[in-house]
Amino acid sequence: MMRWLTNVFRLGLKELSSLRADPVLIVLIVYIFSFAVYSVATGAKLEVLNASVAYVDQDRSALSGRILSAILPPEFNPPEEISASDVQKVMDRGDYVFVLTIPPHFEADVLAGYQPEILMDVDATAMVQAGNGSVFLQEIIAAEVTKFVSGNDTDSVLPINLVVRTLFNPNRNTVWFSSVMQIINNITILSVLLTGAALIREREHGTIEHLLVMPVTPSEIMVAKIWANGLAIIVAAILSIWLVVQTLLGVPVAGSIPLFVLGAVLYLVSVTGLGILLATFTTSMPQFGLLALPVLVVMNLLSGSTTPMESMPVWLQNVMQISPSTHFVAFSQAILYRGAGLSIVWPNMVIMVTLSAVFFVIALKRFRLTMATAH
Amino acid sequence: MTRAPVASLSGITHRYGATCALDDVSLDIPAGCMAGLIGPDGVGKSSLLALIAGVRKLQTGKAMVLGGDIRDRAHLQACNHRIAYMPQGLGRNLYPTLSVRENLDFFGRLFGQSQAERRARIDDLLQSTGLDPFPDRAAGKLSGGMKQKLSLCSALIHDPDLMILDEPTTGVDPLSRQQFWDLIDRIRRERPAMSVIVATAYMDEAERFDWLAAMSDGKVIATGAPAEIREQAGQPTLESAFIALLPEEERAGHHEVIVPPRVPSDGPPAIEAQGLTCRFGNFTAVDHVDFQIERGEIFGFLGSNGCGKTTTMKMLTGLQPASEGKALLFGEVLDAGDMATRRRVGYMSQSFSLYSELSVRRNLELHAQLYQLPVETRAARVREMLEQFDLTEEADKRPDALPLGIRQRLQLAVALIHSPEVLILDEPTSGVDPVARDSFWQHLIDLSRNHGVTIFVSTHFMNEAERCDRISLMHAGRVLAVGTPADLAHSKGTDSLEEAFVSYLREAETTPDRAPAPPATHAATDSPASVHRAFDPARLWAFARRESIELLRDKIRLSFAFLGPIILMLTFGYGISFDVQDLPYAVFDQDQSAESRALMESFSGSRWFSEQPPATSAADLSARMKSAELVVGIEIPPDFGKDLLRGERPEVRVMVDGAMPFRAETTRGYLSGLAASYMSDQIERTYGRVINTSAASVETRFLYNQSFKSVYAMIPSVIMLMLILIPSMMSAMGVVREKETGSIANFRSTPVTRTEFILGKQLPYIVIALISFVTLMMMAYGVFGVTVKGSISTLLLGTLLYVMAATGFGVLISAFTRTQVAATFAAAVIAIIPAVNFSGLLVPVSSLSGSGRLIGLAFPSAWYQQISVGTFTKSLGFAELWQNHLMLAGFAVFFVAVSILALRKQEK
Repeated sequence: MMRWLTNVFRLGLKELSSLRADPVLIVLIVYIFSFAVYSVATGAKLEVLNASVAYVDQDRSALSGRILSAILPPEFNPPEEISASDVQKVMDRGDYVFVLTIPPHFEADVLAGYQPEILMDVDATAMVQAGNGSVFLQEIIAAEVTKFVSGNDTDSVLPINLVVRTLFNPNRNTVWFSSVMQIINNITILSVLLTGAALIREREHGTIEHLLVMPVTPSEIMVAKIWANGLAIIVAAILSIWLVVQTLLGVPVAGSIPLFVLGAVLYLVSVTGLGILLATFTTSMPQFGLLALPVLVVMNLLSGSTTPMESMPVWLQNVMQISPSTHFVAFSQAILYRGAGLSIVWPNMVIMVTLSAVFFVIALKRFRLTMATAH
Repeated sequence: MTRAPVASLSGITHRYGATCALDDVSLDIPAGCMAGLIGPDGVGKSSLLALIAGVRKLQTGKAMVLGGDIRDRAHLQACNHRIAYMPQGLGRNLYPTLSVRENLDFFGRLFGQSQAERRARIDDLLQSTGLDPFPDRAAGKLSGGMKQKLSLCSALIHDPDLMILDEPTTGVDPLSRQQFWDLIDRIRRERPAMSVIVATAYMDEAERFDWLAAMSDGKVIATGAPAEIREQAGQPTLESAFIALLPEEERAGHHEVIVPPRVPSDGPPAIEAQGLTCRFGNFTAVDHVDFQIERGEIFGFLGSNGCGKTTTMKMLTGLQPASEGKALLFGEVLDAGDMATRRRVGYMSQSFSLYSELSVRRNLELHAQLYQLPVETRAARVREMLEQFDLTEEADKRPDALPLGIRQRLQLAVALIHSPEVLILDEPTSGVDPVARDSFWQHLIDLSRNHGVTIFVSTHFMNEAERCDRISLMHAGRVLAVGTPADLAHSKGTDSLEEAFVSYLREAETTPDRAPAPPATHAATDSPASVHRAFDPARLWAFARRESIELLRDKIRLSFAFLGPIILMLTFGYGISFDVQDLPYAVFDQDQSAESRALMESFSGSRWFSEQPPATSAADLSARMKSAELVVGIEIPPDFGKDLLRGERPEVRVMVDGAMPFRAETTRGYLSGLAASYMSDQIERTYGRVINTSAASVETRFLYNQSFKSVYAMIPSVIMLMLILIPSMMSAMGVVREKETGSIANFRSTPVTRTEFILGKQLPYIVIALISFVTLMMMAYGVFGVTVKGSISTLLLGTLLYVMAATGFGVLISAFTRTQVAATFAAAVIAIIPAVNFSGLLVPVSSLSGSGRLIGLAFPSAWYQQISVGTFTKSLGFAELWQNHLMLAGFAVFFVAVSILALRKQEK
């Protein structure tokens, strides 16, 4: 056992020096945990933000003016006026997600009690903004019209007072969400690629043969790769959370960071194991790249880090249970946002450990089979 | 020499970083003869040849080749048609998955030969080299000798005026070597005007050359005919003459290798093979091999490449499981998992297999640690090995900066660090120069005679074989003979082991070694039409065709390329959905009145919410929120019903999980909708009439996707994603793979231009991507019922431009990276982030801000997304989308143009 541990340690140190000797990889790791996290978190927001609105105002009344001036940042860009004949064209081009058409005599009809209609065209291919944005716009219009008619707030006439409070992220700021999720996605990408590539490189350079004639077991070689590459990634990820997420983006972290790191370690073991497993199915880098790519994209996009888990069909939710990313995303959301403790997240941790073990055992079985045999 | 030299070099200096490979070399190489370059590794032979061939860029000095300055681009281009260059390494310029005929056909196409001409030439060359029985065998499956013959054929296909061969026979068995040189002689008889320049490490071969230049340490130390050089040094053989000519310090420590007689030891043999057999599929690599090696014996293993030597050695180390028979070490059956035996064996594999990123010292230390040498003696042992193998000076250098001979010494030092009892060495001296080889053998003899180490070594050098106690001859997986070198020679009635070996091999050859027909003279040889064209579609096609054949042969890569997108479309089509529904919620109802139940009915009736068991307390509710079991928690206060009836506007508190902001926003939208409908119900019930809460209404039209289903928005975007990720990943390997395997030499040494090369490599991947697009379209229709509403031709043209840009992007990465690992990373990391985040897959480009928007616009995906979504869902056509097409075309041209500029025809 002692020998096993020292060998794992030695081989791991070797792995770290190999990594250090490859400037391209270092640059990519730094890029992916700094600039990539920052630009995705601040650039691509899933909330209704800066939604582009255009309007055709055929009324030009005080009321239409009040409605349009109530459409405000940050949810909406200031509405831009277009001519009625351009509506189809700008929508086709994707210039605007929402186009409001206020009919002639709108204000007069409202006051006369005719209940006129405002037409709202929504580009429904912009899924993320279309749904919520149209609800917001409806609310804004209804509120302005009511205020205009009654001269005060509508709420007081309603029979109940519905108080909606958003927990864990009161302003529903997506930077909080996407920055951390981006780190998780990047951990996944790097872990699979780094360890898989490390193994294939050893095979392509013939060094694996050398290891296998020494008193070194495949399990030592694999565990060494897992800990060394995992360590490099976790250090980068922690730095990224601290410097990019907490400091630069100012995202508060609700739960215990040590607990999160513990979970991240478990996750890393499972994905690096997966990287090795994938590498045993391929014989060259081009093959590995082509196999890893779809696996990575599925693991990232369907883990619940992009769209809600419960929106997926049940069968797919079940399939995604074999991806460690699903559990790590649930785990991270619980700890970082909801401030959950061990008592809540332990099932996720158990599943990650189980998956790691399964990947590891299969990879180990395939290892000798595929690594040792001559090309 | 009366004729003008074929190559005239003056003042050539060439550096790689700090190391100086060539130091002010001036040399005239005579034309119309066999000129040889001899000297140890790393003295600059290969660099010199590469400079003459024009595949490497001249740094300083002047090189006149074939009567013109090689720096002159026009002349260089003309030279590409007249020079044939065969790089170092067995079959380095061949394509292993292509058959013999396909390889030659490819080279024929590069030189613009017509089909009839190619056929005639290939038949001719195959016949004259004796390769004609195997035109359809894959080049990678040929033996070393056959590979070199094929390489030679591919060099000869265009009747070159100058042939440059860089160590063509290194690692080839004696029979094949002899045949190789006979072949060259015959060709030279046919074409006496052709000049040949050869670098070799075999001094016996150099004897047959017309003219020699001996090199040492980047300098030429002697030139002249072999006899002149021998005379100059006053030595009987060229090998000893060369050593004598070396400067004093190079020779230091060199002395004749003398093998003291062996004292036989008793006990069981150290290594024993009993009927050892290894099969790969239906190919038998090793066929019932038997031998016994005594303790302390040096046992040599001779045979052609691919005859099963390496496989046999691997079986003895446990690397390769035996299909049949057994291997015994020290009288015990070999157990691959037994760590104790591994510690008694040292192994050195054929190719360099140490960590090139670790220093010499670190490599030794790592092995000392892994062999568990005691901590206290470890440092001393490492120092001892460094000294013993004369590596102290190089201790802190990385192996890839060292010449081959020193690297082999390091490999031996590593194999010996744990003082093994048995050493298994697979061609340890292949490609190593005479001095280094001799010193290597001194070590082996010392180990055997003074330390009782059993040595099992394979070699191609006859003088090394003669130093062995016993040797075995192997051919086609079988052992032909075992015995002492002298016995084997005598059994064939000769004194020379080489002759004996050749005659054993001739006996064993299945195909009779008939006298090959001399190459016929070609009537169609100088068809001028195809030569010297600046851009030749035929050459482009040659590369495209070859790339396609390779791709079609790699079944794994091909299936990933097609299955990947299909699987992804299925998962995304079903999986990525912004249709938020079935949100789990629970109620903490402190009122339990008819009114509170009525409020709750509006929730339970909604498809958006899914009811969970009610909460028992406020704390229970928030705990369940925290564990993500609930997304919505509703708290109804006590006396809700009474207050409601009294018109006191009771407060209902709703908590929404904000961990996922998008979901939280949607949930709030649902809540206000539900509340509004509940309230109008209440008002109706209370006041008995319908009142409208609003004086105006909003008519919302969801354009392009009336049912507002994610799948209609998702499928066109998934096509966008797939067509950038997979094609760019595939084409990213194109150029860099050739760099790694060495076949890039063909690009450098033949008339193919950069544009032809890049476009030829790109073309097959464009086709693959288009086929993939068609399958995705069919799936979109068949599985998801998504059809193209707009102009199909607009979509098709957009797709064509997009995949051209995507593959161009891959080629661009390929042109800039040096290793496939780096290319894989770069393609994956650089492409995924903009394609997933900034191209409209999730967030419309019009709402992106800052760097994200810029990154999105600077990448082709965002432009294609509008074409894809526009034609699928919005019934758009060229009139609306032409700008996007223009941009994509711009990307395609830009990526390819930059790749062409970044790729150098000459190596630096």
